[in-house]
Amino acid sequence: MAMLWFWLVSVLVAVYVVMDGFDFGAGILHLLVAKTDAERREVLGAVGPLWDGNEVWLLAGGGSMFLAFPKVLAAGFSGFYLALFLVLWFLILRAIAIEFRSHVQDVLWRQLWDAGFSVASFVLPVLFGAALGNVLRGVPLDGSGYFELALWTNFRVSAQPGILDWYTVLIGIFALVTVAAHGSLFLAWKTRGPVHDRAMALAPRLWSGVVAMWIVATVASFKVTPALFRALPGAPLAWLAVAIFLAGLGLVFLGLKGGRPLMAFLGSGAFILGILAATAACVYPVMLKSTLDPAFSLTASNALAGTVGLHAALGWWFLAFLLVLGYYTFLFRFHRGKVEAAADGEGY
Amino acid sequence: MGDPLFWHRLQFGFTVTYHYLFPQLTMGLAFIIVVLKALGLKTGDSRYDQAARFWIRIFGISFAVGVVTGIPMEFQFGTNWAEFSRLSGGVIGQSLAMEGMFAFFLESSFLALLVWGEKRLSRKGHFGAALALWGGSWLSGYFIIVTNAFMQHPVGYTMAPGGVFQMASFWTFLLNPWAFAQYAHNMLATVVTGSFVVAAVGAFWTLKGLHPEQARLNLRTGVILGFVFSALLAFPTGDISGKMVARYQPVSLAAMEGRFDSGPYADLVMIGQPNVAEARIDNPIRVPAILSFLAYGHFSADVRGLKAFPRDQWPTNIELLYYAYHIMVGLGTLLVATMALGLLLLWKGRLDHSRPMLWVLMLAFPFPYIATTAGWMVAELGRQPWLVYGLLRTAQGASPTVHSGSTIFTSLGFAGIYTVLGFLFLYLVAREVAHGPAAADAKA
Ligand code: HDD
Ligand code: HEM
Ligand code: HEM
Repeated sequence: MAMLWFWLVSVLVAVYVVMDGFDFGAGILHLLVAKTDAERREVLGAVGPLWDGNEVWLLAGGGSMFLAFPKVLAAGFSGFYLALFLVLWFLILRAIAIEFRSHVQDVLWRQLWDAGFSVASFVLPVLFGAALGNVLRGVPLDGSGYFELALWTNFRVSAQPGILDWYTVLIGIFALVTVAAHGSLFLAWKTRGPVHDRAMALAPRLWSGVVAMWIVATVASFKVTPALFRALPGAPLAWLAVAIFLAGLGLVFLGLKGGRPLMAFLGSGAFILGILAATAACVYPVMLKSTLDPAFSLTASNALAGTVGLHAALGWWFLAFLLVLGYYTFLFRFHRGKVEAAADGEGY
Repeated sequence: MGDPLFWHRLQFGFTVTYHYLFPQLTMGLAFIIVVLKALGLKTGDSRYDQAARFWIRIFGISFAVGVVTGIPMEFQFGTNWAEFSRLSGGVIGQSLAMEGMFAFFLESSFLALLVWGEKRLSRKGHFGAALALWGGSWLSGYFIIVTNAFMQHPVGYTMAPGGVFQMASFWTFLLNPWAFAQYAHNMLATVVTGSFVVAAVGAFWTLKGLHPEQARLNLRTGVILGFVFSALLAFPTGDISGKMVARYQPVSLAAMEGRFDSGPYADLVMIGQPNVAEARIDNPIRVPAILSFLAYGHFSADVRGLKAFPRDQWPTNIELLYYAYHIMVGLGTLLVATMALGLLLLWKGRLDHSRPMLWVLMLAFPFPYIATTAGWMVAELGRQPWLVYGLLRTAQGASPTVHSGSTIFTSLGFAGIYTVLGFLFLYLVAREVAHGPAAADAKA
């Protein structure tokens, strides 16, 4: 039961990263690849119908963690208090920028929201990446099951680290580069004309950045949390995940070479899923690692909720998941093909 | 002021009250849009579709603000109420997760289709999208209310060692009788909010002599739905809600009614100021024996007053609770009266020309918002001092490691951001109303 729910929650979170990741990527590149108002509307038209549903994966992941591992939710959310409010405020900015931009035809109004969309999309992946960095590095959980972390202290990975230290910021930057690269492929797939060309031109450079950052992040993780890699030989799932992300990476470069953005985009999705799955397989069963004493760590088994509730939840969870897959299939089919350049005032 | 609990309560109360301003309009409009689309489909009259198109634009704006203010709510369970989440997550995590998986995905997938898809979908297809959105938003309402109902009237759980709530029966939890009462009353209220807004826009256009056909259509729709739903809101659903409180939270009922002493033939206080220190109502106007009848169905029923309960079980803000309740019920009566008058004039064919009534309808739309906010104050203040009624005190639910400096910072942040959001919302809605229904056509 513990393992099953650990993976269900991980799947939701990983799908969130892949899905909202391309929205963030599009936002990061927004000002670079789209210069005129029509081009910007093309970018927004590509993410417009999808971003809200994509964001719901985060809520679904959080909700599933709430029901299955309430202790982890309680410790994690209150411990990362300030960082989470920053996430919330930038999520608000991002959503409002996408939704409100098209309502008024005014140059300044639109420049304001273009900038908002872009800034929020820059900051959020760094924060999410740093959150992952914190999970890998560990937090000062004590016997009470809670911890307190400053937003930053001296940026060193020490006994009293901050939420942001050099390691977590590094993971944040890795996340930033990765979703930017992911987004470039999404835009290359969904748009045509100058936006498509610019996204295609940026993609190989961004992907070289991803590979470089991946190497740096791996070396850094080796230094900060060597235990992570010690788990690798004994975790067959992790090997499978590694195979998936390597294959994904291969697909990205093949697709780029052959000028086939959809193939490259699918590859980058597999890359992100694989790398997150490999990480999850290596940390399992630990969900929040204590830097004070391993006995204080919250694990999938010691944080698990009662069985009656979890049994009931399994019943509806798979049903709901199938429904969601149904909506997504419908949604992507309905919005298949390139974005139509909308008439002014219409759409996003 | 240094007490973090105070700030957690203020922040949660403020952010959820603010959030609910938007879903109540979207849930109400979702229903009204379905009605308009159905009429359009049935009669083939494109004016209904045009009206629906206009309201879908407003819906979209309100939805966006509802989404961005809703996500902080979800987070705050963990950030501000960590102990509560840790203890009750095994139960309420269930309905919150279901809300995400069943309702939010549905809503977010079909919204874009409804807003931008009319040209690409068939008439029936577009109606289907409206139905899906209505279903999604009302489902989301149910899951959140089941969550709240567990806090008001916990059922379906067992208590594990250490005070941890665990699910004992999923269906008992999901079919909480409190949730049914609360849901019926609350959802009717959303339609009332929607109807008053629709009627207000109709009245505004009529008074200005703009878009006469659409003005009349909106006026008619708003007044008819507004009358039916505000009547149902007072009776039977308001009555049922009151009886639930009388049965399961008698001390809250005493505080809501401003009743300190116990006894049969309890009189209803219409007006007066609760004086908690002296345990009496100042300057009261009373109707004899009515409270006994309303709460328990017969005039001789004994209604306990606050003094019959230990002091540490009294709601913590009796004055506000009392006023909130009286505001809701008072407005409830006025809303029914307003719409009844409107309906009478409509029936006589005079509504379009009676300017005083149009002025009233144009200016009345804030009152349902005030009533719903007051209603939630009643529910939430009446629940105090408990977080989960009778089982977990509010003071025990807050996050142990978050200190007041952090909470004050985030509360101020929300105050600033939500002020800006409020202005943006009003600006965009006012623009749509000024541009009128035809502008929505050009963009459909
Ligand atoms: C337009 C809004 C509106 C109007 C006119 C009324 N209500 Fe209401 N009421 C609500 C909107 C509302 C609400 C916002 O929807 C609440 C808050 C919680 C809930 O489920 O519904 C509520 C709660 C609520 C409660 C508290 C339940 C609890 O403690 O959980 C009671 C006892 C009543 N109502 C009773 C009435 C009565 C007797 C009314 C007579 C006219 C009335 N309401 C009018
Ligand atoms: C949208 C309508 C709602 C409004 C206006 C509202 C209002 C409030 C207010 C004013 C408080 C502060 C009470 C006090 O501390 O004295 C509060 C507290 C709280 N409410 Fe609500 N509420 C609403 C809906 C909900 C729902 C649906 C839930 C649960 C799912 C909920 C859960 C809570 C919690 C956990 C607290 C904090 C603990 C407490 O003070 O009791 N609220 N709410
Ligand atoms: C009376 C209480 C509440 C009701 C009836 C309600 C209902 C809704 C509805 C219908 C929406 C859809 C968006 C919209 O229509 O604006 C929404 C949005 C949202 N609500 Fe609430 N809500 C309430 C309070 C809360 C509370 C206490 C929470 C916290 C758990 C919450 C969490 C959310 C979230 C996360 C969203 C965003 C959904 C999305 O991305 O589509 N709501 N709410």
